[in-house]
Amino acid sequence: MDIGTFKVKKGLAQMLKGGVIMDVTTPEQALIAENSGAVAVMALERVPADIRAQGGVARMADPLIIQKIMDAVTIPVMAKARIGHFAEAKILEALGVDYIDESEVLTPADEEHHIDKNKFKIPFVCGARNLGEALRRIGEGAAMIRTKGEAGTGNVVEAVRHARKILGEIRELINLPDEELMTFSKKINAPYELVLETKKLKKLPVVNFAAGGIATPADAALMMLLGVDGIFVGSGIFKSKEPKKYAASIVKAAAHYNDSKILAEISKGLGEAMPGINITTLEEKDLLQLRGW
Amino acid sequence: MVKKKIGILALQGGVIEHLKALEKCKVKTICITKKEELYNLQGLIIPGGESTTISKLMQSHNLWESILDLAEENISIWGTCAGLILLSKKIKEKNNPSTLGLMDIEVARNAFGRQRESFESDLSIKVLGEKTFPGVFIRAPYILTSGSSVEILASFENKIVAVRQGRFLGSAFHPELTKDLRFHKYFLKIVSGEI
Repeated sequence: MDIGTFKVKKGLAQMLKGGVIMDVTTPEQALIAENSGAVAVMALERVPADIRAQGGVARMADPLIIQKIMDAVTIPVMAKARIGHFAEAKILEALGVDYIDESEVLTPADEEHHIDKNKFKIPFVCGARNLGEALRRIGEGAAMIRTKGEAGTGNVVEAVRHARKILGEIRELINLPDEELMTFSKKINAPYELVLETKKLKKLPVVNFAAGGIATPADAALMMLLGVDGIFVGSGIFKSKEPKKYAASIVKAAAHYNDSKILAEISKGLGEAMPGINITTLEEKDLLQLRGW
Repeated sequence: MVKKKIGILALQGGVIEHLKALEKCKVKTICITKKEELYNLQGLIIPGGESTTISKLMQSHNLWESILDLAEENISIWGTCAGLILLSKKIKEKNNPSTLGLMDIEVARNAFGRQRESFESDLSIKVLGEKTFPGVFIRAPYILTSGSSVEILASFENKIVAVRQGRFLGSAFHPELTKDLRFHKYFLKIVSGEI
């Protein structure tokens, strides 16, 4: 019996495909997410929109909050650790969370190195803006990738940019002759073996979700149509006027993204979405996506 | 062998993995997301995923009744992990999804523990032959009790992890995450009426 193999780490993400993972800050919110059909919840102290608004250092959530959320629901519970903060990650592993998000939404603890994720029995998900970044994280042991997007903005434009970039670079790689692969891996700063594997599989070696700015059912459908495997919704649910409606509707959008009639039906009368931010009004220092190396 | 069309319930979860395994077995497949697609099927796979999510999505677009109608007819159904939970008659504990109740079994969800306890282990499954089968268990359920018409196909540490009841098949583990096609071929034999 082998516990915590890469196959079961990656396998959980495979079982989350086509689903929606929702940020929650209380057991009550976690139950709303579960009852709406979320495949997992991300336990947080503050949603990204509040982290962005309040500033300061954003850290791992209080383990007591995470524990209460784990006790409240039967679906998998994820939690965020700061980039490079392997002590926070060890605490989350000891708590028994089902996935750790080594996340740029929190203030990085290390500005050069990420966590050695292979050392853990529980799986990690990491953000990426391009293929090189995705493969570096997988090289460190990440069992799931998500686009970074720009969290807490309710603006899908960055998630689209990152999904198109990652999927576009994979299409480029598939068409390269083998003798060009070493130079390609040098160009994108990615481990050569993972470049070879990606070319062979014609996709990332792990599941790839969209995150960072998804706020409506149409946003979720757009990301699925671009070719991602599933959806993270951060502030989009509980910063909307009608969280229950938004949650249930985004879940259906991820499942029926190919059926415009169903999308039209479930998008009706949802009330006001979360307030959005135009990315061009943000200064570079406020961009969370630039965190991670 | 007759060309069969096998449907895979594709609302959420490990759909592609089953699709690829079935393609290797050279059968026709179709991904099912609405009831209109449940046409001319000889078998249906309910994949792994989140049972609460799949259960809700099945109910919101009338797939539920259509699948129950099909089950009355001559169709074979195989549920893996979440799919097994959805086939069961009863689930231990509260706060659980509605189930189709097609198999006379009681299951416990996440019964081996959380993700931290997820594991791989070789299983002895007599109906698949002498060679052990690679069992991949991810937040897996197991079967607590089963009725007299339920055949126990596999156990792990005295816990029942694979069962058959006539045309219905359930596994707590994920054959679709391995290269071993024997479990899929076993299901196809049930579909064709060979066994």
